[in-house]
Amino acid sequence: MAITSRHRHGEPVWMRNLFIGASVAFVGLLILLPVISVFTEAFRKGFSFYLRSISDPLALSALRLTLITAAVTLAANLVFGLAASWLIAKFSFPGRNVLLSLIDLPFAVSPVISGLVFVLLFGAQGWFGDALSNHGIQIVFAMPGVILATIFVTFPFIARELIPLMQEQGAEEEEAAVLLGANGWQIFRRVTLPNIRWALVYGVVLANARAMGDFGAVSVVSGHIRGRTNTLPLHVEILYNEYNFSAAFAVASLLALLALVTLVAKAALEWRIRAEERTAVMEDVA
Amino acid sequence: MSRLRQHSVIPGFGLTLGYTLSYLSLIVLIPLSALAVKGAAQPWAQFSEAVFDPRTLAAWRLTFGTALIASLINAFFGLIIAWTLVRYDFPGRRILDALIDVPFALPTAVSGIALTAIYSQNGWMGRWLQPLGIKAAFSPLGIVIALTFIGLPFIVRTVQPAVDDLDPAVEEAASLLGASRLTTLWKVILPALQPALIAGFITAFARALGEYGSVIFISGNMPMKTEIASLLIVTKLEQFDYAGAAAIGLLMLVSSFVLLFLVNAGQWWSTRHLRRVS
Repeated sequence: MAITSRHRHGEPVWMRNLFIGASVAFVGLLILLPVISVFTEAFRKGFSFYLRSISDPLALSALRLTLITAAVTLAANLVFGLAASWLIAKFSFPGRNVLLSLIDLPFAVSPVISGLVFVLLFGAQGWFGDALSNHGIQIVFAMPGVILATIFVTFPFIARELIPLMQEQGAEEEEAAVLLGANGWQIFRRVTLPNIRWALVYGVVLANARAMGDFGAVSVVSGHIRGRTNTLPLHVEILYNEYNFSAAFAVASLLALLALVTLVAKAALEWRIRAEERTAVMEDVA
Repeated sequence: MSRLRQHSVIPGFGLTLGYTLSYLSLIVLIPLSALAVKGAAQPWAQFSEAVFDPRTLAAWRLTFGTALIASLINAFFGLIIAWTLVRYDFPGRRILDALIDVPFALPTAVSGIALTAIYSQNGWMGRWLQPLGIKAAFSPLGIVIALTFIGLPFIVRTVQPAVDDLDPAVEEAASLLGASRLTTLWKVILPALQPALIAGFITAFARALGEYGSVIFISGNMPMKTEIASLLIVTKLEQFDYAGAAAIGLLMLVSSFVLLFLVNAGQWWSTRHLRRVS
C-alpha cells in the first residue's frame, strides 16, 4: 500500500510544487489575466458609460445580427448533424470513413480561408458573381454571406458529438422498434432522441459559442457595413480601431460572458452525460 | 454485424444519405474546390508572384516562425500542466482545468484586444517589460504570445488522456528496478507520452498558422515586419486581387491539410503498432 501511494504521486515534494507552481503561474498569466482585463477595461469609464456602450443602436443591431446568424446556423447544422449521424451510425456502406473525414474538414480550414471560399464563389469576380448581380441578389457583404461562413466554421460541431455516441449505442433499440411497428419518425422521436439529447445540447452549446464568436471568416464576407452586416465581434473591432477602447471592451465583455456561460454549461453537461453513462452501465450489468 | 446493418430494417438510409451528401457538397466541398480551382488555375508566373514576392515571403517566415515558437512553448508548459492536472490534487485544480478551455470559448477578437491591452506599454504586463527593453505588443513577440494563448488547450487536452492512460505498473517496475524518479520521468514516462505530445504539438501548430483574430490586434500589421499570412489574404481581397488571395489561401490550406494528415496517420500507426505489441 505504501508503495502504491508512493508511486501514484512519486515525485519529490519540491518537484511537485514546482510543477503546480509553474502550471498555475503560466495559466494565470496567459489565460486568466486577459479574461480579467476584459472586465476591468470595460468598466474603466464607469457603469453608465458601460450601459450606454452596450445599448448603443449600432451595438444592438450587431447583437441582433449575431443572434439571427447563430439561430439559423444552429438550426441548419442541427438538421445536418442528425441526418449525418443517423446515416453513419445506423447503416454500414462503402465510403463511410471517407464521409467521416469530409465532415471534419472545416476544422482544418483556417477562419480567413473559410470566408475566402465564399467570396470566391459569390463575390463580384466570383464564379456566380455575375449571375447573382444580374438578379440583384447579394450574398457576400450581406447577411447570407455572414450566415454561410458561420455555417461553414461550425459545420462539424454537432455531428461530431452525435456520431460516436450513436455508433456506440448501436441500432438494436431502433431495430426492436421497427419490429414493433413504429415508423421512422416515431423511432427517431421516441427511441433515438431521448438517448442522445444531452450530447445534442452539448454540441449545440459548443457550436453556438463558435457561431457567435467567429471573427476571421465573418470579417472577410461581411464588408463591415455598420448597422447592417456587423456582428458583435466585428463591432468590437470597429470600436477598437476608432480608439474607442472602453466601448470596445464593454461590447467584448458580453462575448466574454457568453464564453464563461458556455464553459459552465459545458462542465454541467459533461457531468450529466457521465452520470447517464454510469446509470446505463449499471442497467446493463443488472 | 456490419453485414446485418447493410440490409438494415431501419428506415431513412436514402433520405439521410441524400441530405448529408447534398449539404456537405453545398457548404463544404464546392466552396473548397472553388478555392482549389481559383488558386491553381492561374499561370505559374502569376501564382509564384503572389506567393513568393518579398512581402509574402516575409509573412510566411513570420507566420511559420511564430507558430513554431508558440507551439514549442506550449509543448513544454502543456506537458507540465497536463501532468499536474491528472496526477496532483491541490486547491484550485478544477478551476485550473476549466481555465484551459477559455481560449476555445473566448471569441478571438476578444482575446486579441485583451492581450493587446495587457502587453502594450501601459498595460499590466507591458509596463514591466518596457523598462527591460522588451517590446511585446506590436512586435513578433506579441504574435507569439497570442498564438501561445490560442494553442495551449490543444496540447493540454491531447496529453491529458495519455497521462491518464499510463500504466502504473510500468512506473512501479522502473522504481523497483532501482530507477530514480527523475530517471523514470525522463526514460519511461516521457517516451510513453511522446505520441500524444507530438499530435498536440502539430495540431496547435496547424491552428496557429491560420489564426487571425487574436493576432491582428497585437501584431501591429507592419508589412515585412509583423504582417501574418492570413492578413495578406484579407489585404489582397480588399484590393480585389482574388487570384492572389486564392493562391496564398491554397498554400495555407494545403499546409494545414498535410499537418493534420500527419497527426491522423501518426495516431493510426501508433494504435496499430501498440495493438501488435500487446
